[in-house]
Amino acid sequence: MTVPPSAYVLLSILLFVLGGLGVLLRRTALIVFMSIELMLNSVNLAFLSFARMHGDLSGQLVVFFVLVIAAVEVVVGLAMLIALFRTHRAVDVDEMDLLRG
Amino acid sequence: MEWVVVGIVALPLAGAVTNGLVGGRLSARAVSWVGCLVVLGAFGLGILGIRDLSAASPQTALRAVLWEWIVSGDFRVAWELQLDRLAAVMVLVVTGVGFLIHVYSVGYMRGEEAISRYFTYLNLFVASMLLLVLGGNLLVLFVGWELVGLCSYLLIGFWFEREPAAAAGRKAFVTNRIGDAAFLLGLCLLFVIFQTLDFEAIRERLPQAPPGALTVAALLLFAGATGKSAQLPLYVWLPDAMEGPTPVSALIHAATMVTAGVYLVARLWPLYLASGVLPVVAAVGASTALFAATVAVGQTDLKRVLAYSTISQIGYMFLGLGAGSAVAGMFHLTAHAFFKALLFLSAGSVMHAMHDLIDMRRLGGLGRAMPFTAASFLVGALSLSGIPPFVGFFSKEHILAAARAHSLVALWGVGVLTAGITALYITRAAVLTFAGPPADPARHPHEAPPVMRWPMGVLLVLSAVGGFLGAKALGAPFDRFLAAAFEPEVKPSPESEAFGELVLGLASVGAALAGIAVGWLAYRGRRMPELGALGQALSRQWYVEDLYQAVLVRPARALARFCAQTVDLHWIDGAANGLAAMVGALGTGVRRWQTGYVRQYAALFLVGTVLAVAYWLVR
Amino acid sequence: MESVLFVVAAALSLAGGVGVVAARAPVHSALSLLVVLVSLAVLYLTLLAEFVAVLQVIVYAGAILVLFLFVIMLLHAHNPDLRPSPGPGRLHGAVAIASGGALVALVAFAVLRELGRGTAEVPVAAGFGTAPAIGRELLTTFVLPFELAGVLLLVGMVAGIVLGKAPERRVSERTEARREEVLLTRGRR
Repeated sequence: MTVPPSAYVLLSILLFVLGGLGVLLRRTALIVFMSIELMLNSVNLAFLSFARMHGDLSGQLVVFFVLVIAAVEVVVGLAMLIALFRTHRAVDVDEMDLLRG
Repeated sequence: MEWVVVGIVALPLAGAVTNGLVGGRLSARAVSWVGCLVVLGAFGLGILGIRDLSAASPQTALRAVLWEWIVSGDFRVAWELQLDRLAAVMVLVVTGVGFLIHVYSVGYMRGEEAISRYFTYLNLFVASMLLLVLGGNLLVLFVGWELVGLCSYLLIGFWFEREPAAAAGRKAFVTNRIGDAAFLLGLCLLFVIFQTLDFEAIRERLPQAPPGALTVAALLLFAGATGKSAQLPLYVWLPDAMEGPTPVSALIHAATMVTAGVYLVARLWPLYLASGVLPVVAAVGASTALFAATVAVGQTDLKRVLAYSTISQIGYMFLGLGAGSAVAGMFHLTAHAFFKALLFLSAGSVMHAMHDLIDMRRLGGLGRAMPFTAASFLVGALSLSGIPPFVGFFSKEHILAAARAHSLVALWGVGVLTAGITALYITRAAVLTFAGPPADPARHPHEAPPVMRWPMGVLLVLSAVGGFLGAKALGAPFDRFLAAAFEPEVKPSPESEAFGELVLGLASVGAALAGIAVGWLAYRGRRMPELGALGQALSRQWYVEDLYQAVLVRPARALARFCAQTVDLHWIDGAANGLAAMVGALGTGVRRWQTGYVRQYAALFLVGTVLAVAYWLVR
Repeated sequence: MESVLFVVAAALSLAGGVGVVAARAPVHSALSLLVVLVSLAVLYLTLLAEFVAVLQVIVYAGAILVLFLFVIMLLHAHNPDLRPSPGPGRLHGAVAIASGGALVALVAFAVLRELGRGTAEVPVAAGFGTAPAIGRELLTTFVLPFELAGVLLLVGMVAGIVLGKAPERRVSERTEARREEVLLTRGRR
């Protein structure tokens, strides 16, 4: 019995929402980053299952590029985090409220 | 010969521009030369013009069209000047008397710092008055009309650092403005009726105009004239205008600007004949003459006496016009220019000697110290009173004869009565100023310098012998010159029964002599008899100004205060500020969304995403 | 067989996901992420995406995760979640959970409606998802994004270096002089 693609998509959305809740509810910046990675991965899963569904390789190519971009994003993001940590000595997301109007 | 016409206006204008732009860097002498010579030049051109006009037919005019001003459909108005016989008379008066006063000013204003500003304004005034007089259509005349009003304001308030002078300038301008508003309405009405503002064209189209409209237009224009010529009810600015330098009072407020209203009616004579407004003109003139003469009796300031005298004499001019004789009005205008300017210049001489003192209660005995001035004043006074053979007799009699000829008996009576009162007040002024013991023996006044005496001398001669211009026995050249230029309907008063004419003619002289006698008896030795309540009323101009103050000025001030404080401060500013406050409040409210917390923003992203997905699914 | 594999991998990934989100210490979170990554790689294999699966392990688990661990090691900050938050209040949490649930529900509904009808297996070409196949696509259809990705990586490297550099301790001469003056004046008192 093969696994229907809908199962993969369901799993994908569950992981996505999990990651989303992590972004919204956690205050440690590092954990927020990792939640974002979780969300990216869930999206990768969805793309691959659709690629398999339609027999179109483009879906996998998209995942390839998402991977590249995720890598770059992590590098830049963590570098910024380190730079912030040097001045603030804390990584609480809520303390960064300079955008307050 | 059009350049003559243009030159008459252009010369004083050039003088004004020169003195205005570079006068500050020139010496006082240079400024004075420029100022005086341009007016003399204009006078010379006027003589040339008169020579040309005398040779030609009475209806001719020298015209100069400068350029097209307004072209709108069928309505065309150009900057055009015209010199006809009527305008020529005015030109000679304005430039001739004007020149004499310019020369006088050199002496009177010696030592004045802002001398270049003075001569600039004076020249500008002469140019504006000439523009008014030489205007080829009503619009150009109106431009000149407004300009002389402006110059009057500038010159009355010449010493503007003094609050009374500045206030007087404002009062003159505002009062004139009211008259000008009526003038403008009349102008518009004329345009609506005739579709043109050209004098010739209006005259041609008169028969087709609806009479009611003509009456209204004529009345409106006359209302404007009462403002400029200081008649009832808009005379109130003229007495206050005495704050200006005395030569200014002589030129503007005696000889020229205030006569602009008389000129206007004469210029539009066909209109006035057809409109039936002349009785109103005569009535206003006569009542103003009487009113002003009575008030003059109660004044203590010599210049104010002369100011009210001017108002009164202009009333005479309007009486002459209203009685149907434009020539009589114009002749009195000319004569009045001579002797009133002489009187003012004499008063200026007194002020010059007594260091700007002009309250007659503190003068006296100046006849001994300043014989020339006293003689000038005396000649002017006799002329004003209408004593023969001085020019005032001939011109005043002209008017009274016209009144008799047109059966305006009541007005004639008023004229005679006024003549008596005129003699009274001028005698009083002469006695208080020149006769009797001096009020302050410690002062030693000196006679005026020659530069001031020469113009006075010329005017003295003109006042003494100018009568020949109008004396019927000598052929009345003035009448002949002008009368032919007016409509055939206007004739010099017909010779009725000779004996009756002679007796009635002497009535005014009799009244004058009576006035002189009363004045001498009452005030000789510089006594000041108590006049009680009547005196109070006279000195306060029968409370006319108080009436204006209560009915017009105070409500206007209250309204202004209301507008400034309530309307502007509370309502308008409140609305504007309220609007701003509302926006601010809105901003403050919206600002609560900007917490700066990234997590919250991300939550909003999520909510948005959910909504988008829901929308797509439902579609 | 395949379904068993799916269920196990799926369960592992979900467990790991919860671990990422709920762990106290960042290190635990990182290790949970590792579990997620590996189980997902297995799932990728079942989806005939072998190249991507390997890539996942090498790049994600091997590089990105290691990077995370390095940074965690460098920072070792205290857990701020224990202190009271100045940030958004309780409403925020409710909204988050509610919208999350709504999203799941919506997508589940859509998915089950469309895909639950049981789709037939689409026959795929041989070599679907293998390295040569991916490579061919990369260098023909997707050559532009490929090049751009390269540029992006370069930019990311430069950014990482610049951002990560320690700030220069060298103070300007003017500040130096001012500091000296302050010290001197203070000393005089």
